[in-house]
Amino acid sequence: MDYELSEGDAGAVLPTAIKILIAGGFGVGKTTLVGAVSETKPLRTEEILSEQGVGVDDLTGVESKSTTTVAMDFGRISFGDDLVLYLFGTPGQDRFWFVWDELALGALGAVVLADTRRLADCFPSVDYFERHGLPFIVAVNCFDGARRYSLDEVKAALNLDPDVPVTLCDARERESSKDVLITLLQHVMKGRGAGRARQAVGS
Amino acid sequence: MTPSDTESLWVDDDAGPVVRPYAMTRGRAAARNRYNVISLVMATTRVAPSLEVGIGPEHVHIVNLCQRPLALAEVAAHLSLPLGTVRVLLDDLLARRLVRVTEPAPTNLPDDSVFEALINGLRAL
Repeated sequence: MDYELSEGDAGAVLPTAIKILIAGGFGVGKTTLVGAVSETKPLRTEEILSEQGVGVDDLTGVESKSTTTVAMDFGRISFGDDLVLYLFGTPGQDRFWFVWDELALGALGAVVLADTRRLADCFPSVDYFERHGLPFIVAVNCFDGARRYSLDEVKAALNLDPDVPVTLCDARERESSKDVLITLLQHVMKGRGAGRARQAVGS
Repeated sequence: MTPSDTESLWVDDDAGPVVRPYAMTRGRAAARNRYNVISLVMATTRVAPSLEVGIGPEHVHIVNLCQRPLALAEVAAHLSLPLGTVRVLLDDLLARRLVRVTEPAPTNLPDDSVFEALINGLRAL
């Protein structure tokens, strides 16, 4: 959608912007993966929420209104002049669902990064994308010294739909992180080919 | 704690922004338009607007930055301002036709050519 006020300008056509989310628990390597493929150092942006926007805390009787700052790291990859891919790390604190909704709106898909030592940390991300019908894959970040599980074991532990790809990666490595994104893109393409209904997230 | 200790604690960024975000937006908390974090912003003019009522240094900064298309999140990151503040500033700039803003399609998936361009582009990185 172009805003009406933009009409009448003779400027060039703006590029197509595509958004992919990188989710997972705290310290799992989301920003590392973004940095491994981004053409710039990951940037940080913030959203300020009043506590009323945060679903968990009960503020009954608390008269002073406070605010919370939620930070998101993101990176960018340009492909020529007409296509740009943005990678957004989701905020680590899973209670900021308002921010997740905003990030997920218009996203092509998501990568859930998992650490097999703390597999439960990625449950909220998997739940979120399943509930909102946003296609995702799971990428197991292979930390040094981490106990390795087979991909089937991870799939079973996360109770994933059989169609959801699970892959190994090293988020520090550019080639490996590229492969993760390609796997996601192929998965989204395949899902669309199968005529999977896709709903607007947040509606 | 001596006064000099107190002074050394709160210098530069540690002291927080000198001008609060709500001052830049003249008290407005919410933007009229719902911009996506990847809404692309591009200036319609190469000439920075002059400061006047309703146009502050941050507006000028955005016009200067967006001589090439930048996502809302990039604008916010470069200005070190919260996304919500930049959304309000974009309303002002749009009303004066100083920027163009495009939204990504919220529901429609791009066609195959976009997927192929992304996949081939990533492989070539």
